[in-house]
Amino acid sequence: MHVDLTRRQALAVAGAAVAMLSTGAFVGPASAANDARDQLLAFTGGVEPQMGRVALDMPEIAENGNAVPMNVIVDSPMTDEDHVRRLMILADGNPSPAVATFHFSPLAGVAQANTRIRLGGTQNVLAVAEMSDGSFFMDVREVKVTIGGCGG
Amino acid sequence: MSTPRPRIRLSATDISAGEVIDVRTLISHTMETGNRRDGDGNLVPRNIIHTFRAEYDGEVVFEAAMEPAISANPYMQFNVAPRRSGTLRLIWLTDDGLEITAEEAITVS
Repeated sequence: MHVDLTRRQALAVAGAAVAMLSTGAFVGPASAANDARDQLLAFTGGVEPQMGRVALDMPEIAENGNAVPMNVIVDSPMTDEDHVRRLMILADGNPSPAVATFHFSPLAGVAQANTRIRLGGTQNVLAVAEMSDGSFFMDVREVKVTIGGCGG
Repeated sequence: MSTPRPRIRLSATDISAGEVIDVRTLISHTMETGNRRDGDGNLVPRNIIHTFRAEYDGEVVFEAAMEPAISANPYMQFNVAPRRSGTLRLIWLTDDGLEITAEEAITVS
């Protein structure tokens, strides 16, 4: 059930959830606190990313927003012909949505990154991957934050 | 502030071709967001590590463009799959112009 809701939120953020929203089943933050969607579309050149191939792993509940573990892996053979070029991380409830952009080369072998991020409150975290063929895939996770972590 | 010394751990440094090495790095840095106020109510200027880059014999393997939303003392883990013996060079760049580098030799047999 949780995964299902998360997917719906993801689609809402991606602007592709018109049908789902109309069912009234949408659960989650009423609206993003920042321009995460604009930044997403700037990254993709206006293309709506498809869900899939990106696996964003974050805790459901983070007690301390100052350092929330984040692992992201993209399903890709990472060959010269077929690899992940870039992976953008956005947080839709922080003062500014950008978290990091990872650039990969086939020499990485695996398109994966693990770090710790600051989340100012409960919000959605998005991971959007640009493949070498120009397609875009994404995943999203809602993280409930008990104590926010934006230095405020 | 003295130049922070990074801590680096590779899952292996002597591998056979085709193997993937897991690289874990940690560096001391406040990652000052620019949104925080000091005791007198003045904004503390932004000073973060804005870029982390890993190169293998000069070829970029992995690069992270980092924003203030990356936690203090940034931890970064990624992979490298070298096809021949060489040197992994890790570079951290800060807003105030610091360049911190480290190197790890890798043998591929």
